[in-house]
Amino acid sequence: MFGSIDPLLLLASLMVAATPILLAAIGELVVERAGVLNLGVEGMMISGSVLGFVAAIATGNAWIGFLVAALGGAGMALVFGILTQFFLSNQVATGLALTLFGLGLASLLGQGYLGVKAPSFPDWHIPILGDIPVIGPIIFQHDPMVYVGLGIVGGVWWFLNKTRAGLVLRAVGENHEAAHALGYHVVRTRLLAIMFGGACAGLGGAYLSIVRVPTYADGLTAGAGWIALAIVVFASWKPGRLLLGAYLFGGVTVLQLNLQAAGVAIPVEYLSMSPYIATILVLVIMSAGGAPGSLGKTFHASR
Amino acid sequence: MTDTLMTLDGLTKAYPGVVANSDVSFEIGKGEVHALLGENGAGKSTLVKTIYGLVKPDSGTMTLEDTPFAPAEPRAARAAGIAMVFQHFSLFEALDVAENVALGMENPPPLRDLAQRIKEVSETYGLPLDPSRIVGDLSAGERQRVEIIRCLLQDPKVLIMDEPTSVLTPQEVEILFETLRKLKAEGTAILYISHKLEEIRSLCDNATILRLGQVVATCDPRQTSAREMAELMVGGTLHVPEREAKVDGDVLMQINGLNAKSPAEFGTSLKDITLEIRAGDVIGIGGVAGNGQDELLGALSGEITTAAGQIFFGGRDIGHLPPDARRTLGICAAPEERMGHAAAPDMSLTENAALTARKRKGLTKNGFLNWGKARGFAEEVIERFDVRTPGPGNAARSLSGGNLQKFVIGREILQDPQVLVVNQPTWGVDASAAAAIRQALLDLAAKGAAVIVISQDLDELMEISDSFAALNEGRLSKPRPARGLTVEEIGLMLGGAHDMEVAHVD
Repeated sequence: MFGSIDPLLLLASLMVAATPILLAAIGELVVERAGVLNLGVEGMMISGSVLGFVAAIATGNAWIGFLVAALGGAGMALVFGILTQFFLSNQVATGLALTLFGLGLASLLGQGYLGVKAPSFPDWHIPILGDIPVIGPIIFQHDPMVYVGLGIVGGVWWFLNKTRAGLVLRAVGENHEAAHALGYHVVRTRLLAIMFGGACAGLGGAYLSIVRVPTYADGLTAGAGWIALAIVVFASWKPGRLLLGAYLFGGVTVLQLNLQAAGVAIPVEYLSMSPYIATILVLVIMSAGGAPGSLGKTFHASR
Repeated sequence: MTDTLMTLDGLTKAYPGVVANSDVSFEIGKGEVHALLGENGAGKSTLVKTIYGLVKPDSGTMTLEDTPFAPAEPRAARAAGIAMVFQHFSLFEALDVAENVALGMENPPPLRDLAQRIKEVSETYGLPLDPSRIVGDLSAGERQRVEIIRCLLQDPKVLIMDEPTSVLTPQEVEILFETLRKLKAEGTAILYISHKLEEIRSLCDNATILRLGQVVATCDPRQTSAREMAELMVGGTLHVPEREAKVDGDVLMQINGLNAKSPAEFGTSLKDITLEIRAGDVIGIGGVAGNGQDELLGALSGEITTAAGQIFFGGRDIGHLPPDARRTLGICAAPEERMGHAAAPDMSLTENAALTARKRKGLTKNGFLNWGKARGFAEEVIERFDVRTPGPGNAARSLSGGNLQKFVIGREILQDPQVLVVNQPTWGVDASAAAAIRQALLDLAAKGAAVIVISQDLDELMEISDSFAALNEGRLSKPRPARGLTVEEIGLMLGGAHDMEVAHVD
């Protein structure tokens, strides 16, 4: 009954399916390592998907679409940052509001674009590496954003563990009072992290509308932002595990889509649930290590 | 006697409603250990924060080596040669030692070189430390070494130490003082803040005493008695707690081989604790912070429930009972952390009073709270324990630490417990309020209750306890009569100096 599934194609589409969540999750990871909990990932993602889509259609260039999506995501995150860091609003409530706002905004902006096809964004056939049999088509023949996503994950790992600025960011997330006492700028560090997270979420959303689907529809993200949030937690705030979690999610997603297409006698609803359950289950079993000490706590210099 | 290194001239800083520093001036010389004394709220921390660049003064100037010194932020102060060892909030538990040190430096070398330098400096000064360990796993004394080494790596001209010995065993204090004397000999000036006047007498060359933000006196601590200095700080005579003759009572509570796992990630589990608690007894439990104090209080109060056969009260096994049921039986407790543990910060004093006194004071009936009675009880606590607040309707958060502590302790004492467990009853409380709290604990014991005082303040324990036991890594030593114990004996009971002597020999 699995005869109609091509394992090569399955593995190849895994990386594509995982990229939106990977992008959104790596951004949120940085935000949370800085001690801020932004529950607005879903809202920033869907806003990015519509903004990127509109820009890509208008210019006919997918890269400009990604750029606009990143800026839009960062802009929405900045609103969240100003509210939580300067006006000291509650991070959970503000993040939820951001998600609701983003869903509404996307719906409004996307009105005239339903059913329109995105400009083409050709795959990148990496020379030499892409010609390796089996491995080539699976790993080295994707669109550039897949590699941008991997590059961001590697860059975040390097930044957090090898640079002084990364150490300061972790310190701010770990104990903001101590970081302040040592003279580091808690609010500035956090605002930059929040904007980076927003830009990544925007990119993830745009990847859905420009490459993965590739068209805009209401509710396009379908909870991808929430799964990104969950992956950050279960990956114990570590970039390596986060990559694993995102690929696991992507893998089960394409597998269940293929199973649906193959007409397996399992109700579609169960298949659709499976990526969420599998990812969370595996990461829960693996999860170890604590959250950043100041995660979600409001910082004010007077205390 | 020495060259002037730093001068402070007319420093003034006002916050809305309170003047933290008013026209504060003094000088610190090269190689001088200068003590800064004062009650809580006298303005010591504002002053050192000004020197460290965290607070900008409203007026007044500072000079360092005859050049004007006005750091805009701590980086500037560090660059100029000021280093500070903080009392709280300055280490990152999830990061390792080298990372913590790097965060406190301006231009840290790559982490591998830094680890090497940490080893060198720590051995030179007799403070062994492994740079790759996670700070969350270190003892309080070791954490302090991290802070000190962080400062030493920057070759500071002025080293500020805020209450450095409050978490150390006597032996560790001695080693710290050796390090400080070495620094002093090298010409480093040290600004030393402490409540422990005997330490100041043995270490410091000069003392400046602050009261309500103003310099009220300067003295030579080697020529001035601790009592005189305390009275200068308080601005009045000091009342020393006294107790009536002790009665030998019956056994109230029996702890047999208590084992309890700590609920906290970096906590210490209790191991095989045995203790007999008699009516009228004040048992002092000493130990360096993080050796199981919170867990012991939790296990006695019922926050941590334990297996059967370990805790008995009046012959009854109570290990499984939660705090509420234990209170009903007569076991009350006041934990160390006032905000959020002993009291709910955003609730009024009436509500906070009702939260623990509900059963013992009969404040509820058929599930409904009798607010009138609760308010009456809160007012009684406020009056009997001299809590300074406009009224019981005020939020717990609005009280100063010392006042809230008086309220929290008073609330438990007025419930007439048979056993009262307190952790750090006078932590962060000024001298006169501390004396009042200690007296109240003694009075409670004189009425036939048993009092267990967990504290890191050894002077306090020696002053009020009948017997003394030490907590070390979750184990409790055999209690000994407190009278006649020497500082050395206590230090050994506390577990000595945690491997520090090793490096000291060579």
